[in-house]
Amino acid sequence: MKITRRSEFSASHVCANPGWTPERNREVYGVTSNPNGHGHNYILDVTVEGTPDPLTGMVMDLKRLKEIINEEVVDPMDHRFLNREVPPFDRVIPTTENIAREVWRRLEPRLNTANTRLHALRLYETEDLFVEYSGEAAE
Amino acid sequence: MIRLGRRYRFSASHRLHAPELTPEQNREIFGKCNNPHGHGHNYVLELIVAGEPSAETGLLLDVRALDRLVETEVLGDYDHKFLNEEIAAFRELPPTTENVALDIRRRLEERWLSNKARLERIRIYETRRNMVEIE
Repeated sequence: MKITRRSEFSASHVCANPGWTPERNREVYGVTSNPNGHGHNYILDVTVEGTPDPLTGMVMDLKRLKEIINEEVVDPMDHRFLNREVPPFDRVIPTTENIAREVWRRLEPRLNTANTRLHALRLYETEDLFVEYSGEAAE
Repeated sequence: MIRLGRRYRFSASHRLHAPELTPEQNREIFGKCNNPHGHGHNYVLELIVAGEPSAETGLLLDVRALDRLVETEVLGDYDHKFLNEEIAAFRELPPTTENVALDIRRRLEERWLSNKARLERIRIYETRRNMVEIE
């Protein structure tokens, strides 16, 4: 069975390759390459898979899931400028694709337990644009 | 592998009617959707694209290029139109959400913009409660 918890964080970012000219960055990344940054209200859906415990009827304690997502993702990223304040985005370009991979890297060790497994992430940058990631091993 | 989803919106009218069926059969099968004057919906089109992001850019594909493709191949033709009369595919076929999804997939695949990112799934919401998905 799969359970999904939704979280939100607001952050700013710049998508640009520091080794390229502003013109080249503008061509590849468009307005998201603006050097001063810009922000989004990100929505993160985290799906955990497991079998409900026969005693509690729960795959996992959803309050605990919320705490883990807050510790690993929301607290460090909310109201931050990702490129300047949240490693590895000082070196990894914070495209939605790369943010999803980083969120996976942070959550997987906390959510893969004897009874549960991190199944998938969906990260919305806007209501109309999102990325889904299920790790590399699952493919 | 990463999947990227993008949503678009268009508004269109249609009438569900199969000419080979009798008026009674049409009414029975299609219900209110058979009203001869047509009726409209605010459609939501969701595309899921799958592949590996470029190591250099961190991007799976250029979303602006996808937007241009969808505008040229789909929205420009579909938005604010009467599908039965203004979209060639629906001169013969009833513009059910299923057939709309198939026509949109055909249009996008004909001009697809990347060999690294493939169009994996199309979802069309006819209303908030009705949705069709094709792989």
